[in-house]
Amino acid sequence: MSEGFPPGKVRIEVEKVSFFYGAAQALKDITLAIPSNQVTAFIGPSGCGKSTLLRLFNRMNDLIAGSRMEGTIRIDGEDIYAPSVDVVNLRRKVGMVFQKPNPFPKSIIDNVTFGLEVTGRRNAAENREKAVDALKKAALWGEVRDRLAHNALRLSGGQQQRLCIARCLAVQPEVLLFDEPCASLDPISTRKIEELIVELKREYTIVIVTHNLQQAGRISDYTAFLYLGELIEFGRTETLFTTPQDRRTEDYITGKFG
Amino acid sequence: MIPRRLSQILGFSLLSVCAATTLAALGFILFFIGIRGAGIISWEFLTKPPVDGMTAGGVAPVIVGTLYLTVGSLLFSFPIGLACALYLCEYNPQGVVASVIRMSIKNLAGVPSVVFGLFGLAVFVKAFKFGVCILSGSLTLGILALPVIISSTQEALLAVPRSLREAALALGASHWQTIRRIVLPAALPGILTGVILSVGRVAGETAPILFTAAAFYLRGYPTSPFSEVMALPYHIYALMTEGVHPEQQTRIAYGCALILLVLVLCLSSVAIVMRNRQRRWHV
Repeated sequence: MSEGFPPGKVRIEVEKVSFFYGAAQALKDITLAIPSNQVTAFIGPSGCGKSTLLRLFNRMNDLIAGSRMEGTIRIDGEDIYAPSVDVVNLRRKVGMVFQKPNPFPKSIIDNVTFGLEVTGRRNAAENREKAVDALKKAALWGEVRDRLAHNALRLSGGQQQRLCIARCLAVQPEVLLFDEPCASLDPISTRKIEELIVELKREYTIVIVTHNLQQAGRISDYTAFLYLGELIEFGRTETLFTTPQDRRTEDYITGKFG
Repeated sequence: MIPRRLSQILGFSLLSVCAATTLAALGFILFFIGIRGAGIISWEFLTKPPVDGMTAGGVAPVIVGTLYLTVGSLLFSFPIGLACALYLCEYNPQGVVASVIRMSIKNLAGVPSVVFGLFGLAVFVKAFKFGVCILSGSLTLGILALPVIISSTQEALLAVPRSLREAALALGASHWQTIRRIVLPAALPGILTGVILSVGRVAGETAPILFTAAAFYLRGYPTSPFSEVMALPYHIYALMTEGVHPEQQTRIAYGCALILLVLVLCLSSVAIVMRNRQRRWHV
């Protein structure tokens, strides 16, 4: 399973992680290591636990009443579920982009500066500068530079999603989590987001959950295949797609089920 | 068996008749009160106090009294109702305390308004020794408005999409920052709509102020929260049941009814405009 394991630095270590929604077990004893400055994709059929696993990395599942996790997750060697961890700091370091674009019902610029303001940075001019940088990085600046004060909800779906990425980038995270970021977008917007993700991996460690196998093939360096809450196979994307070790992986990527 | 097409026509006709009945009832009330009340409305009626044993003059102190009571009740019920709804929706939705509060609110909503009046008399007027005054009346009306404000605020808070909360939290906002900066602003138009509708209800209530605030007749305007007041709904009641000049008094009563109706309609219109604004922002 550790075949093709990254020679570079490991950023996120998942060790024997199980997760339960009440009595239902969503993840079973998962162990994997996510390399730094690479794109790692989680693939698998609906309900396989890939989003659940992703949401453990910024403790988004903490919000779900009656849920429970076992095992350890370390980011840069630090156990993120240790009692001493400040969840707010963790989420600043580990940004997340959601399946459906979810800009705040505020102006475009206010969306991007929000993360800075809530983390105590009150210097408006500085925040604006950072926001502009983030918009540029998210390849949205050219489209919104003349209407920063407009309602973000009036942007197109693809623009909204890039705004959500910009909003994330503004707080200068180190890890970016994408939860099916293109699920509700058209092919052109999808391509823009994909190009952006590949661009961003130079600076960030990226984990993306996707339903779309072609997308995983196009943009990821490593791929993990999950099925019914178990990690079936994890390795370099080209290896996993060309010579899968497990029968179930092969069946899934050749479209025998999904 | 009735053919499908015919049953559809029958069904829709029935719906139209019901809708028309509702509309007609409302229209009739407005028309009736309008016709009876409009004759007496004048600048003098709106700005002068009553004279000659309430058979002439205006009703200005009565309008002012209703405004005081309504605003007073809101000063009390809005902050408490908002805090309570936040507690129930955001802070501790699953707790035992929350379910006790929910049950209390349901029961409170079902209590007849005259019981609130008696409660206000026993607690605010007697036990707290506030006496019959604006303060006692406002507190009593405030309790009456609480269930309405809490449930409408809860609805507005629950209508804020989960995705917005998650977005804020994922950006490193604390729970409190998420509530204050994202959830509350998004819910605000809905919250205000509920508040305004409850104001409409409070302004028209008679029973709760009967023993706690309202006076049959007063010379001049209330001067402090500890003054008795005249108020529109009670004034109507007083004019129609007491006194020896039924003809003049009835005219004034209808005038008061019209003013009350217009006040409440204005408030409701504001509520509707706000709700539409909110919809526009959430395109």
